[in-house]
Amino acid sequence: MTDLRTQATEIHEQFEDQLEISVDDVEERLDTLVNEYRVPLSEARRSVTNTYLDEAGMERDELGGGGSGNERVQVADVDAPEEWVDIKGEVTELWEANSDAVAQVGLFGDETGTIKFTKWSKSDLPELEEGTVYDLRNVVTDEYEGRFSVKLNRTTVIEELDEEIEVGDDDVSVEGALVDIQSGSGLIKRCPEEDCTRVLQNGRCNEHGEVEGEFDLRIKGVLDDGEEVHEILFNQEATEDLTGITLEEAQEMAMDALDTSVVADEMRADLLGKYYRVTGPTFRRYVLVDEVERLSEPTDAEAVLIKARSI
Amino acid sequence: MATTPTREVARRVFAGEFNDATYTFKESDDERAPVYLLLPTGERANRVFLVGTLMETEDVGDDSEYWQGQVIDPNGDRYYMYAGQYQPDAASMLRELEPPAYISVVGKPRTYETDDGEVNVSIRPESITEVDAATRDRWVVETAERTLDRIARYKDETGEDGDAAVDEYVAMAAEEYDLPIEDYRRQVVEALESLEDEKAVAAEPDA
Repeated sequence: MTDLRTQATEIHEQFEDQLEISVDDVEERLDTLVNEYRVPLSEARRSVTNTYLDEAGMERDELGGGGSGNERVQVADVDAPEEWVDIKGEVTELWEANSDAVAQVGLFGDETGTIKFTKWSKSDLPELEEGTVYDLRNVVTDEYEGRFSVKLNRTTVIEELDEEIEVGDDDVSVEGALVDIQSGSGLIKRCPEEDCTRVLQNGRCNEHGEVEGEFDLRIKGVLDDGEEVHEILFNQEATEDLTGITLEEAQEMAMDALDTSVVADEMRADLLGKYYRVTGPTFRRYVLVDEVERLSEPTDAEAVLIKARSI
Repeated sequence: MATTPTREVARRVFAGEFNDATYTFKESDDERAPVYLLLPTGERANRVFLVGTLMETEDVGDDSEYWQGQVIDPNGDRYYMYAGQYQPDAASMLRELEPPAYISVVGKPRTYETDDGEVNVSIRPESITEVDAATRDRWVVETAERTLDRIARYKDETGEDGDAAVDEYVAMAAEEYDLPIEDYRRQVVEALESLEDEKAVAAEPDA
């Protein structure tokens, strides 16, 4: 069977109960898009599926698993929120859920890296076990502060696989002198609207206007090794780790001074001009810091001296 | 999304070479285009990062505060920096710090011509932080490495018989300066030897 035929058959299976269509109808639509209008097959499939969803008056999440019409992705491919995807990998870590709404939360990894996953209590899905490889079909991607995650939902199909996966590391490590802590660092306020989290400017959110912000800590810094610059981003946890200032303490400092900028000022005085190595995944032009190490030991002077004498 | 201009790398350069750099240039006619200082070893510098010993601070301003700081490197050469009302954080650091102190400085090179036509180079600091001796030692080794890389490239490019260099900035340096590159190699060696000496002194019991 041709690729088109296979895809058409799968789409047909999803709608045969709801719609009076034949595999030929589906294939013809795909064929028009792919061969006449040069649309990539995955996009064509998405488009045709959407057309039938409309015709059947169905929502996308009513489609069953199996040939769900989703793109099959690897962890490193996840680069946009709110996409329905199929993904295969190993549950590498299970974390403690900090809310009753969450049944399980942890890390899910494949050859290309790891990604956070969340399984909601109300979805009523089977328990995932650490160290086991699963094929997850019909999960939704999400993004928070540049970090992507996948969310399982009640339509998600979980298939346990009897195989092993070499989970890859998508982290980068960069080092250099911290030459700048940029504005928007220190104690900041974020928009409390659901799924917004934009940083407020003078109490205003770009999207939602004047809002009662929620405090957060972060550092937008620049590491420079004399040859390259790297922009690095510390979230609340990494900031607390690095500075020893907790969110609570930062709020107290700001209250005492009647000014939130004292927090960033103190961080600048403490951190700038010193050497660090940071490790974490990259997002756009940032390295998102998971680990940070202060480099206080000089590097090997002797080796450089030998080189200096020889040229 | 608006494109953000690429942030300029902070070059590592010992004071001896830095103070020899007197030629500045722009790479476009745009009024706001960055100004680069041409290092004698053939690299452009719009920003520098240095760690050294703050030796003297002085308010040299007339009407308003204008702080001068002098920072010495391991070879005994000095960087001069000036911070006034437009660099309030750096100015207040220079006001408050008690020399001697190890400090790290991120800043922009500035040149000015004296009445007798001599070009002096200084730094307009973006930030000044007090640091420890280990950070300073790390900077010395790093600056030695970066300087050596530049020297090696300069030598490769210019060749024994002073052929025309391919690298834009090496060619520019060869054109604009008549300085013995060997001096900068010697500064690197001396700076590194000073670290070894310090270690030896520290290791000697009751020297």
